[in-house]
Amino acid sequence: MSIQTAAKRRIDMPALLAWFVVLMVIVGLFSPIFGPDYGVMDVPSLAVCLVILAIAGVRYELGFMRNLIGDLILGLVAATSAWLLVSTVSQHVGEAKLGFWALVVATWAASWLFVERLALWKSRSQSLARIVNLAIPAIFGITLLVLWQLVVTGAGVPKVLLPAPSEIWLRLINSVPTLWADFQQTFLKAVLAGYIIGCGSAFLIAILVDRVPFLRRGLLPIGNLVSALPIIGVAPIMVMWFGFDWPSKAAVVIIMTFFPMLVNTVAGLAASDAMQRDLMRTYASNYWQTLFKLRLPMAMPFIFNALKINSTLALIGAIVAEFFGTPIVGMGFRISTEVGRMNVDMVWAEIAVAALAGSLFYGAVALIERAVTFWHPSIRG
Amino acid sequence: MTALASAKDTGTVEQTTSASPKRVIDIDNLSLTFETNDGPVHALADIDLKIDEGDFVSFIGPSGCGKTTLLRVIADLERPTAGSITVNGVSPEEARLNRAYGYVFQAAALYPWRTIAKNVALPLEIMGLPKAEQQDRIARNMDLVNLSGFEKKFPWQLSGGMQQRASIARALAVEPDLLLMDEPFGALDEIVRDHLNEQLLQLWAKTNKTVVFVTHSIPEAVFLSSKIVVLCPRPGRIYDVIDSDLPRERNLDIRETPEFLKIAHRVRDGLRAGHSYED
Repeated sequence: MSIQTAAKRRIDMPALLAWFVVLMVIVGLFSPIFGPDYGVMDVPSLAVCLVILAIAGVRYELGFMRNLIGDLILGLVAATSAWLLVSTVSQHVGEAKLGFWALVVATWAASWLFVERLALWKSRSQSLARIVNLAIPAIFGITLLVLWQLVVTGAGVPKVLLPAPSEIWLRLINSVPTLWADFQQTFLKAVLAGYIIGCGSAFLIAILVDRVPFLRRGLLPIGNLVSALPIIGVAPIMVMWFGFDWPSKAAVVIIMTFFPMLVNTVAGLAASDAMQRDLMRTYASNYWQTLFKLRLPMAMPFIFNALKINSTLALIGAIVAEFFGTPIVGMGFRISTEVGRMNVDMVWAEIAVAALAGSLFYGAVALIERAVTFWHPSIRG
Repeated sequence: MTALASAKDTGTVEQTTSASPKRVIDIDNLSLTFETNDGPVHALADIDLKIDEGDFVSFIGPSGCGKTTLLRVIADLERPTAGSITVNGVSPEEARLNRAYGYVFQAAALYPWRTIAKNVALPLEIMGLPKAEQQDRIARNMDLVNLSGFEKKFPWQLSGGMQQRASIARALAVEPDLLLMDEPFGALDEIVRDHLNEQLLQLWAKTNKTVVFVTHSIPEAVFLSSKIVVLCPRPGRIYDVIDSDLPRERNLDIRETPEFLKIAHRVRDGLRAGHSYED
């Protein structure tokens, strides 16, 4: 009884979306899409596509094709209409009218509906659940990109303010050698070197700090102070100390990554509980045995937390540091000069590379974490 | 009633003179005071206790009577502030460094990143035993606690009772002559507890180990022990020492016999008298 009423009170999102799609398609079909007398009927394939979209959307509510195939058709048609919208609007930049926006909204709502339906498949089988788990964020990302493309071209947003994804993509594939050189300079040299030295030395010093109580009181506050230094102030000094090339950027990365790693490792080393330490004591275990067999494994969740935080901090640090003097290569250098030359699409291409590199770096660390701390309640589930 | 224990006893009081078993634990006038912000806490006061080889000794008493603290003093996990104690004729610290005892804690305290077999291997690795010897001891002790076949499982995949059995196997793998157990079955249900009690008794009968066992269950103490030490709180002290005349070979049915109930009654009386209901 109570379950039924609870279910009733919840908004039936798929139904709402389905009828919204129908409404938007109707609006789109009967109002101009580009200019005063350019209706959707001038692009027959788009018109057909959107009609199918509306039907596929409401089929579940009307009670036919309530199955996987129906859902797939909905997804496919939404993708096709998105592609048709993108290709038609590219010939009418900045001319979009009410009808066009209605169709954009209809397509977007349809893809939302598709994801809603997709999420319901999850429960069916293990392998399907895995695919769906990957598909949902992917579809979400693609939807965002398509919306970005449609809005920017439809409304004719100036390129300097926000280039369309297609323009960024074009620039990206046309300047692979430059981007690769920048990536090598910034990521493979400065970020990786700084990350490894910063995290590694912080780890060793954390063990030292843990062993010597005097250092805990002396070194931790200094570490805290160093981490509070503004990177904008430190970077030019590092450039003066270590020169224009990547070592000065690596130094900035070391300063940024050191403290999170130090604090987390020290906290992690203290994470074992009294009973576990007593156990080692009853075995007459020495300091190093206790460290390697109990305290370090226990500290791993903390250590990996720091490694994950640092994986993104390191990239930010290296890019910002390049604003303060660098040879004529590097992601930060490219961003600062191309902004000056109004080549915003190149800036966005660098941002895309940085985002991709950062995500992959983070993902790699997270994967290693899963393998190492498989036993932790947060991972074993 | 007090006559019961001493009357039939064959060798606890005068055993030092006859062909006596080895003295394992000798505690003399021992006190332990914790200094806290609210002033000193007398955890243990004037403890005198002798434990011989092959004894199964239970410490029983209400919470806060110092029974766990006394066990921890024997294990060198706490230091007494007065009096003397020897374990195997040496100080507790030396005994600990000699790995003279195995200690079973209230919780299993298994390491979640190690499989059950690797958990049992933990003390053996620390002792630096050769791999073959480790394998041998793991297999033997896992079998002893009926855990064969679970070697590759992780602790969190086992029930609480199985985890506690694994922790007993881990303590036994050290092959100590002295086993210190701090309410090892406290968190388990009655049925599992009975079963593990029987297994523990069989083990004791088989190996002639000395066992010191902390509990707050009267039936458990009487069923297991050859000697029951009743403690009372504030300050923690020994109220009564009962030498049990129950046969060494026992099964759970013995709990219905009049002899068993007599001893249980004496323990209960001791607990009641020692416990001041002032708060």
